Amino acid sequence: MAPVVKIEEIHKIYDSGEIPVHAVRGVSIEIFRGEFVALMGASGSGKSTLMNLLGCLDRPTRGRYLLDGIDVSQLDRNELADIRNQKIGFVFQGFNLLARTTALENTELPMMYGKRHHSSREMRKRALHSLEIVGLANRADHFPNQLSGGQQQRVAIARALANDPEILLADEPTGNLDSKTSVEVMGVFQKLNEQGITIVMVTHELDIARYCKRNLILRDGALVRDEAVRDRLHAAEEMKKLQDAEAAAKLTSA
Amino acid sequence: MRVFSTIKVALRALLRNTMRSILTALGIIIGVAAVIAMVSIGNGAKSQVEAQVASLGENVITVFPGSFTAGGMRSGWGSASTLTVDDADAIKREVSNVLGVTPEMRDRAQVLANGLNWNTQIMGESPDYPSIRSWPLADGAMFTDQDVRSVAKVAIIGKTVADQLFTDGNVVGQTIRIRNIPFKIVGLLAAKGFNLFGQDQDDTVVIPYTSHMKRVARRPNINSILVQAASAGAIDKVQQDITGLLMQRRKGREQDFTVRNQVELAQAATATSQTMTLLLSAIAGVSLVVGGIGIMNIMLVSVTERTREIGIRLAVGAHGRDVLLQFLIEAVILSSLGGIIGIVLGIGFSELVSMNTGWPILVSPASVVVAVAFSAVVGVFFGFYPARKAAQLDPIEALRYE
Repeated sequence: MAPVVKIEEIHKIYDSGEIPVHAVRGVSIEIFRGEFVALMGASGSGKSTLMNLLGCLDRPTRGRYLLDGIDVSQLDRNELADIRNQKIGFVFQGFNLLARTTALENTELPMMYGKRHHSSREMRKRALHSLEIVGLANRADHFPNQLSGGQQQRVAIARALANDPEILLADEPTGNLDSKTSVEVMGVFQKLNEQGITIVMVTHELDIARYCKRNLILRDGALVRDEAVRDRLHAAEEMKKLQDAEAAAKLTSA
Repeated sequence: MRVFSTIKVALRALLRNTMRSILTALGIIIGVAAVIAMVSIGNGAKSQVEAQVASLGENVITVFPGSFTAGGMRSGWGSASTLTVDDADAIKREVSNVLGVTPEMRDRAQVLANGLNWNTQIMGESPDYPSIRSWPLADGAMFTDQDVRSVAKVAIIGKTVADQLFTDGNVVGQTIRIRNIPFKIVGLLAAKGFNLFGQDQDDTVVIPYTSHMKRVARRPNINSILVQAASAGAIDKVQQDITGLLMQRRKGREQDFTVRNQVELAQAATATSQTMTLLLSAIAGVSLVVGGIGIMNIMLVSVTERTREIGIRLAVGAHGRDVLLQFLIEAVILSSLGGIIGIVLGIGFSELVSMNTGWPILVSPASVVVAVAFSAVVGVFFGFYPARKAAQLDPIEALRYE
């Protein structure tokens, strides 16, 4: 089976400043369908740059990137936009939902820029389906400011799923959330992964990385470790532990 | 192109900020309203002037007497009494394409009837007068050539004089005394209203010019000669022929008369109102441009404020031109909507002015079409720069923008 993501000896050099910055130095990775990868590293390790390259938001200076068998390393701005629209779903740290726009309309957004034309009824149906997957169908008409942080991130996940992407890219998806909500969001990711969706996420939190199946660790722009996760955490169990702990706390205080 | 969904996106974006959208469009609203109101009022004024010029009569040429010179001091046109009834007769006899000629005598005098008195303009005219001035009689009939020859004591009177002297409305057949000479009223002129210079044209009594010369004014020279040309195209030729004929009659003396036609009068009269309309429209046009700059300003602020939104759209697959189109459509919707509201307000405002001042207004369809088209163009022109700025944003930078 061909990998969904195959990058070969990829380099990214920024030379906008006085000294050229070599942010990514010859990284090669293969990610197969159904994988759940955490990309880790300290700040300045090049993980955000690598994420931008994987997300087709930026082009590598050198090296080749095959996404779903298509060489995207030399595509122009508009072709990259179409690839992002069709093959990639983004989840950001700051949710990045459109303000004063309902959850449903936020979820419809990628379909508006799709090559295929959807009728507004079809868009609504598909967006509702995506919201159902993340368990927010009953909040479809809510504005982002009427939703909790975890709910907003789940709307963002629903938006990422709207065009049935090949891969879900999440950049610090739990960075703005408390620990309990983080577990809730990781639960959504694990559920999606079980349904066969490929996920790559950037995180610097070790315990969040333990919800994934495979951890890649970057240092100074190079890949230094690539390992499978042992004793993986499961969101359902962790959630139960948290709830038990809360209950215990209440019992003792009572 | 995904134009339809982009329009939807633009509309949603505008509705999210209803108050700001209205305020942004306000500049265009005021600009268009001002242009429409100015043009409507200006056109109304022009049409009124044209109607007044038409009330002078159709294709009328006027011969005025010239200046007179006394002790080396030369007076202006009309100051001398150099025109005679013979001049008028010669024009009638020898110039072709002439429908009617009347020598004119004018004098103010006190008139009496019914124990009431009134100071009014006494006109001495030929029987051609009503047809030259396109001025029908409401009652009775015009005096005849026979009356002119016999220096008859007959008169036709204007509506104002009739109202002042005959309160019971019974006019024709009554007697009116002009400088204490009794004249029999044979006709009543239809109401004509004010002329170009604000004079009440109905405040007049018309008698045969011979009667005026011999019984009222008691002088041999006439004030002017009115000539009606057969058609508008004949005016220039008739005017030349009159000049030639009168010069010939003066046998090499200096020209002591002047010939003017109605078109010249009309031009002089409309020139002022046209200049005013042009000036006010230019000022209104400037406010339209200022309104456009307001749109550009707000759109630029909006692009900066919505950098993240643009980043999100680009990240999920919007092309640069989708973003460009969205912002351009937002600008065009704002300006066109502003234009339409402006037209309604402009028409309303000119109606209001018309109601309060009595000025006539004329909303020209062309000005409405031009206003809408211009405001849409303003939207495209002033929306393009901010829209292009938005479209050229880098998605990574835009997403990182705080």
